Amino acid sequence: MTADVSGQSGVSLWRDPKIRAIFFQVLVLGLFLAFVLYVGNNTIINLEKRGIASGFGFLSQPAGFDIGVVLLMDFNAQTSTHGDVLLIGMINTLAVSFAGIVLATIIGFIFGVLRLSNNWMVNKIAAVYIEVVRNIPLLVQLLFWYGAVGAFLPGVKDSIHLSENVYLNIRGLAFPKIIPEAGFMIIPIALIIGIVATVFVSKWAQKRQDATGQPFPTFWAGLGLIIGLPIIAALVSGIPFSIEDPKFGRFNIQGGWSLEPEFLALLLGLAIYTGSFIAEIVRAGINSVSHGQTEAANSLGLHPNKTMRLIILPQALRVIIPPLTSQYLNLTKNSSLATAVGYPEIVAIFSGTSLNQTGQAIEIIALTMLFYLVISLLISLFMNWYNKKIALVER
Amino acid sequence: MKKASFLAVAATATLMAGAASAGTLDDVKAKGFIQCGVTTGLAGFAAPNDQGVWEGFDVDFCRSMSAAIFGDPDKVKYTPTTAKERFTALQSGEIDVLARNTTWTLTRDVNLGFEFVGVNYYDGQGFMVKKSLGVSSAKELDGARVCLQSGTTTELNLADYFAAEGMKYDSVLFDTADEVRTAYLDDKCDVYTTDQSGLYAQRSVVPNPDNHVVLPEVISKEPLGPLVRHGDNQWGDIARWVLNALINAEEMGITSANAADMKGSANPGIARLMGASGDLGEQLGLSNDWAYNIVSMVGNYGEIFEKHLGQGTPLKISRGLNAQWNKGGILYAPPAR
Repeated sequence: MTADVSGQSGVSLWRDPKIRAIFFQVLVLGLFLAFVLYVGNNTIINLEKRGIASGFGFLSQPAGFDIGVVLLMDFNAQTSTHGDVLLIGMINTLAVSFAGIVLATIIGFIFGVLRLSNNWMVNKIAAVYIEVVRNIPLLVQLLFWYGAVGAFLPGVKDSIHLSENVYLNIRGLAFPKIIPEAGFMIIPIALIIGIVATVFVSKWAQKRQDATGQPFPTFWAGLGLIIGLPIIAALVSGIPFSIEDPKFGRFNIQGGWSLEPEFLALLLGLAIYTGSFIAEIVRAGINSVSHGQTEAANSLGLHPNKTMRLIILPQALRVIIPPLTSQYLNLTKNSSLATAVGYPEIVAIFSGTSLNQTGQAIEIIALTMLFYLVISLLISLFMNWYNKKIALVER
Repeated sequence: MKKASFLAVAATATLMAGAASAGTLDDVKAKGFIQCGVTTGLAGFAAPNDQGVWEGFDVDFCRSMSAAIFGDPDKVKYTPTTAKERFTALQSGEIDVLARNTTWTLTRDVNLGFEFVGVNYYDGQGFMVKKSLGVSSAKELDGARVCLQSGTTTELNLADYFAAEGMKYDSVLFDTADEVRTAYLDDKCDVYTTDQSGLYAQRSVVPNPDNHVVLPEVISKEPLGPLVRHGDNQWGDIARWVLNALINAEEMGITSANAADMKGSANPGIARLMGASGDLGEQLGLSNDWAYNIVSMVGNYGEIFEKHLGQGTPLKISRGLNAQWNKGGILYAPPAR
């Protein structure tokens, strides 16, 4: 109000806060753009002066090196390109991050709840795990897990025989591989139908319980649908796949699927480390729920498990989700420490090996940063959406 | 005022950009030391000793440059680099010269903006396995797990070799040579592959060297040498001729012990190299006794080799290809005249 008056009453423009604000914003923006232009220009000149080629053409050049862990696609040192290396790096990062997030969440919720247990022993075990793991740097833990695998597991020839054709040894975990044959697609389709049906069943069960008060064993029904349907589909279509068993070769177990020690060490390290932080977040979330809620549930005669699952956790989640998001982001970014234990994720193979073979530092680092940025934003978006969905609806 | 300060910043930045592109020699002289990129630690080539002082075959190249420029071999600061970091460190100007068993390849020479100044070690890629495996040839390695260092020509040669032999392998990549060695010793893989010099260096520091065997196959040419940034010819010339002086000095029989006497030698070639006659040092922009300083303070090529890699060391590497051209090797430096 006063600003408008002074502006109209002919006081110099310089004293008008609105105009001054715009002026400084434009100035800062201009300085920033000038800085970006200067740095960009300088970079281009320096690159040219040193004879370093730039551009993204290198992505279609043959890579020439091999990668230890390749998922979902084929890789051949002679024909695959640096673009493929980028893809495999992204897939490997996503694979270990996703598995790590699932595992860390399970560990975190279990230990977060155990930390609040009335049982002295259980409580202290959880406390020791959380305090010890949280206070040791992740890199040290990764090296520990990688080294520990070597200290406790036997060599290839003395593999631990877990069950038929499943072997555990210092080179990892080997198990039979499923090789799809014609008509295989019916199985994943059945799986999807099972998942969709489970969603409907749980909605229907909820409605029925709301209407009649009759509970329905949704969990078991869902499990039956998700596992049973694909099995029926496989049997009906005459088992459209064959199984390749792992066999002992001269050096290692050949054939089948295997989880490499590098992947296992990274996964364990990330999940156990992040899990300890998640446990603290879960504990804080549960503590934030008024004790009266527990007492009220008890007085209704609800089983303590149900009290936790149906009363406490849903309220605690409001407090848990935002910091949990940040732990998921941390876990994803921390997967870049993989290079210390030899797991080929994006930083190790793309901004490591590819960068060195091509020398395209600027382009490769930019692509790597872009990848992490997109992943982080996607995780944030998803978690914010979830947070909104589970937020208490106030009536 | 804002505008004025922006202009000032811009002007300063431009000036700094100009200064950075001036001669590396002037920069080095101005700061009083050479920033030399070495490995993160490879016995015999570059590693800190018990007192924390860097020493080794590659380190002595840095010291030779320091002796030639400053008349003092110790005006060097060492930057340990991994195979992955080394090129970025040199490109960005963090180091002045990279002396770090780096293979001279076309791409690195041309596309990455570097200048290899010569070869200080003729090497080839090999394989090391545990004796207990009973493997006697690289051709028996089908299906093996191979540990190696990422960001090296090693990776490319390995892929080529196994493809050519129609064999399969699994690779496990690490950043530093130490990590590779630990994984190999922990039995995470069957084979350790790198340049043979590196294999001998690693074998010299494992608990039981006799339990490990280096296979006879050499699957590549690995001319290792120091390199500098492309575009500063004077600096490149200095590095190139420091290396050539080391090799020429050995060929002429000049050693750290007799360098002072050799200054007065009647042999015109020796007198020229030692700076007693001619102006070779001045042509390089150095003092005329540059080569004398190198040999008297650090030694000639052969002395450096024997001190760090030779039979008297745990590495016990024979001269082989790295012997002088007139003694059965291919070590050959252009004449200093």
